[in-house]
Amino acid sequence: MIEARNLTKRYRDEVVVNDVSLRLPAGGITAIIGPNGAGKSTFLSMIGRLLPMSAGSATVDGLDVTRTASDVLARRIAVLRQDNHLSSRLTVRDLVTFGRYPHSKGRPTAADLAHVERAIGYMNLERQADRFLDELSGGQRQRAFVAMVLCQDTDYVLLDEPLNNLDMPHAVAMMRQLRRAADELGKTIVLVLHDVNFASCYADHIVAMREGAVAFQGSPEQVIRPEVMEAIYGIAMEVQIIGGRRIAIYYA
Amino acid sequence: MAKVEGKTSERAAPLGQRAVLLALVLLAAAATIAFMTLGARGRWDLVLAFRGPKLGALILVGLAIAVSTVLFQTVTENRILTPAIMGFDSLYVLIQSAIVFLIGTQGFAAIDPRFMFAAQAAVMVAFSALLYAGLFATGRRNLHLLVLAGVVMGGFFRSLSTFIQRVIDPNEFSFLQNRFFASFNSIDTDLLAVGAVAVIAASAVALRMARVLDVLALGRERAICLGVDHRRAVSRILVLVAVLVSVSTALTGPVTFFGLLVANLAHVVTGSSRHRVLLPAASLLAIVFLVGGQTIVERVFAFETNLRVIVDFVGGIVFLAMLLRGKT
Repeated sequence: MIEARNLTKRYRDEVVVNDVSLRLPAGGITAIIGPNGAGKSTFLSMIGRLLPMSAGSATVDGLDVTRTASDVLARRIAVLRQDNHLSSRLTVRDLVTFGRYPHSKGRPTAADLAHVERAIGYMNLERQADRFLDELSGGQRQRAFVAMVLCQDTDYVLLDEPLNNLDMPHAVAMMRQLRRAADELGKTIVLVLHDVNFASCYADHIVAMREGAVAFQGSPEQVIRPEVMEAIYGIAMEVQIIGGRRIAIYYA
Repeated sequence: MAKVEGKTSERAAPLGQRAVLLALVLLAAAATIAFMTLGARGRWDLVLAFRGPKLGALILVGLAIAVSTVLFQTVTENRILTPAIMGFDSLYVLIQSAIVFLIGTQGFAAIDPRFMFAAQAAVMVAFSALLYAGLFATGRRNLHLLVLAGVVMGGFFRSLSTFIQRVIDPNEFSFLQNRFFASFNSIDTDLLAVGAVAVIAASAVALRMARVLDVLALGRERAICLGVDHRRAVSRILVLVAVLVSVSTALTGPVTFFGLLVANLAHVVTGSSRHRVLLPAASLLAIVFLVGGQTIVERVFAFETNLRVIVDFVGGIVFLAMLLRGKT
């Protein structure tokens, strides 16, 4: 279980995340949605110990993220941020192998390398495995980074906009793989999504943020509603049930 | 498709990297032999006594500059900044000048050189801590701002040193000048021994940390995510950098762009991001350039040019080219 208690992030006098207390149960997919600047990424970064918090605390399986040794946490929780700029020149396989670092400390065993190949296969990157990242398309690079995070093989996986740069087929493939990882491997996946319909179709639990606070949370049935969507995003949305799924229509 | 295949054949990397390293070892050995034997007349023990310390100093300086630059570039995640560009060398000169100004050359000579060296290295470490705060605490980092800050700091330290050197006694000035401007032609053998211990120890620690360095090169957030205690690792590496820069500057004075040259060349010739390859490659390149260059300067130009001038000229052009291309 991931638990945030009064989590706050302040930059001078601007409050980005304001006193958020939240429990995310273990298992399944939790989607964090909300408009730009709602504090979604900041919230995720603080739980992933990438950003110090101004106040409050966060625990993963009862381990305080700011006090627990970083290498202990690295075997429980993996985080992927939006930025995929890299100053070193690496092949996809090199990058994914770094995902084993928390376990192998840079000396990958045969078992580690098997994990690497599995993660590459999971993200359909077999053909690009030996290519350098700077020769790949944005979508392929994005998948390579997700493969690295999955290769870390942690119970908790935090992904900040994993669908960035992906076209529709790859976005759907990514969500299916994440769903599989949650169902078959029992992972807990928390991800920031911009497309509410992906959240609606794939998430078990949706947390909607607005202005640094949690505005709503619940199952897709509870959150994907016209009145909730309008309260979060400030635009009118129609919600239709198509093939048993709640689809928000916001194009017009 | 052709392009794709070309790139995948680059994957035969480990073998290629080994070949590159071997070639560099041979080149370094050739440069060393040429330096020791070319134009050597008379008794070998004399030649050895005269050229030996010089060769030792060249190798130590090459090692110190190469390793410190690779380390610094990895922790700052860019290929343009080097300790020299950020004013580390100039600070060392300033510290020395200030000490001579305050206690005089006699006081300077009276202090155990090892203690003196340790004290200066400590000041350098404190400076690197400040630099660390500037680099990482602000969160957002602007490369051009950092380069500017480095140039300004370096200029400030240099002007202050020059000012002190103007004010002090002429004898003390010549003492300092010997230390920093005579470059490779007068080596302080006392310092050489202390320096050798410091450089070899620091390089060994750096090589042991090679795998952590590989992870640090992925960037701060990814390193933390992979379980590296980023703050501790970076602080430790900046201490190594401070020690290495202290040795190289104490032995030969500041060489601004040399580190930039060898560190980037090491990336190019090995095509690797692994520090187990990069650190030796950069060190060997530095030795080839310094020992080979000094041989050419002594034997071909008959001591008429200064190696540092040539190195800084070439390195400076590379620096400008990289800055214009905006490569980080």
